[in-house]
Amino acid sequence: MMSNHIFDFERPIAELEKKLDEMRKTAADNGVEMEAEATLLERKVHDLKNNVYSNLSRWQRVQVSRHPERPYALDYIQHISEEFIELYGDRTYRDDKAMIGGLARVNGQTVMFVGQQKGRSTKDRQFRNFGMPNPEGYRKALRLMKMAEKFGIPVISLIDTPGAFPGIEAEERGQGEAIARNLMDMSVLRVPIICIIIGEGASGGALGIGIGDRVYMMENTWYSVISPESCSSILWRSWENKEEAAEQLRLTAEDNLRLKIIDGIIKEPLGGAHRDPQAAYQAVREQIVADLTRFAGADPDELIQARITKFTSMGAYIEKSEKEPVASS
Amino acid sequence: MSWFKRSKENINTRTEEKNNTPDGLWEKCPNCKKTLQSKQLRKNAYVCMNCEHHLRIGSEEYFELLFDEAEYDEIAGNLISGDPLEFVDTKRYPDRLRDTMKKTGLNDAIRAAVGNINGFSTVVCAMDFSFIGGSMGSVMGEKICRAIDYCLENHYPLLIISRTGGARMMEGALSLMQMAKISAKLTLLAKARIPYISLLTDPTTGGVTASFAMLGDLNISEPGALIGFAGPRVIKETIGRDLPEGFQQADFVQEHGFLDFIVNRKELKDRLYKTFRLLMVTKVEA
Ligand SMILES: [Zn+2]
Repeated sequence: MMSNHIFDFERPIAELEKKLDEMRKTAADNGVEMEAEATLLERKVHDLKNNVYSNLSRWQRVQVSRHPERPYALDYIQHISEEFIELYGDRTYRDDKAMIGGLARVNGQTVMFVGQQKGRSTKDRQFRNFGMPNPEGYRKALRLMKMAEKFGIPVISLIDTPGAFPGIEAEERGQGEAIARNLMDMSVLRVPIICIIIGEGASGGALGIGIGDRVYMMENTWYSVISPESCSSILWRSWENKEEAAEQLRLTAEDNLRLKIIDGIIKEPLGGAHRDPQAAYQAVREQIVADLTRFAGADPDELIQARITKFTSMGAYIEKSEKEPVASS
Repeated sequence: MSWFKRSKENINTRTEEKNNTPDGLWEKCPNCKKTLQSKQLRKNAYVCMNCEHHLRIGSEEYFELLFDEAEYDEIAGNLISGDPLEFVDTKRYPDRLRDTMKKTGLNDAIRAAVGNINGFSTVVCAMDFSFIGGSMGSVMGEKICRAIDYCLENHYPLLIISRTGGARMMEGALSLMQMAKISAKLTLLAKARIPYISLLTDPTTGGVTASFAMLGDLNISEPGALIGFAGPRVIKETIGRDLPEGFQQADFVQEHGFLDFIVNRKELKDRLYKTFRLLMVTKVEA
């Protein structure tokens, strides 16, 4: 079934699916067998889907990552865990609804989840501040991660944010300091950290819970230093170049794997996680279980050393020899 | 304090050339608009003689201001950016880099150097806003990491002077990862109990504020500096109303608990020396 929200590039699929539905309905109404034609059309739909979804442009991936029916952090947690107890508050200022977390059991192992949470209805979206945490959100996540460290519990971070909130109060309470503290403290957290980008991975707001021993992106997500829209407005001085900006930023899972920023890509069901959420939950669960097994009994010092090496190795630069002029390639 | 070896070719001589600034050169204070004699302004640490406004200066001016006899050795000065994304906006990124290098005479938006501050060996990293807005890319990440290695090897303290709009878009997620890279590296300095002072100057925003600039043992600033995570324009657009007077300025940031002190640039060298010495020489004959 097609979802209620259809992107332009999905229209040909929607039209064929509608035709297929009508064909079946007519057949049923008239008591006619239309098996052969229906099968043919079904195959056609399948082929078209394969073709469309395996050739998405970078901007189209961004669109899919923002699909309003896409599963959010709490959806994953509830479907992946055998048990879940949500925990609230940063113990300093308040509870941030854009950042959720809590204790859970996955495949028998206690874990600590943290993640940004988006809302689905208009009211809920506002309640969750569109998945944009304030400083207390990052401090809440850090509090939970430190608790996990104390009890030797692995941390699983589900990233999905259009960015840390840019507001007056956020600045007053030190948005920059809160994210910075997380980067430093997560680097030396003495338990395994697994990060999965399940939707949008926008800049420092995403990275603020993104330092892990393993970092994955789901197939239809993006992760970069800035959103394509903001990049367009700064570099092209117009919002119109967002598609071009998405291309230039190389922000897809494949791009980030090639740049060695992530460790792997989690496949999504055809057309995106929202098309078959159960399949998406299953894929994410399998990756988490595999990594929990991989890191079971890991030595914390070795874990930290490898984590620091992993992140300090990132970058692309050239050592220019003193005499040589700057390459102009 | 240990002294370091100096290789002849690395000694910076630009300072002496600059000492010969002709008397006839003038500059305008961007704040009070008064015309100031360049030579006097330089002697006054580029602080306006009329209104105390701290003019924006770059790495060369800071090195000259802080290091004894303006002598220092540069660390990893030969690093330049690659083009991992093959990024093109209105210009190809390599062309933008080449043009900026030519215009500024710099290799990137940050320089690292080691020298003496009142005889106290110190590693200083200082940004140049003239180089693509002081933006943080892979070179900034790697240079700071090498500067930290130098601190670890020699047990020298670290000062990073930030003046930046944040991460460099043309390096995409790799520039974002420099926040993680430097923050992770700083844990090694912390473990070795080597002090790190972060000096946030006008302006310091974005990914730099959300990483190493806020991670100093001391975070300090110059008067009037704009310091924030999000830039004022973005905040204004998001909330749809005007921002309060003094918002995100050094005084505001200190009042909200994120700066240890604000220091006049004329007193910076002395204050740094005293602070580092208090932290590193914890017992002297009374
Ligand atoms: Zn003035």
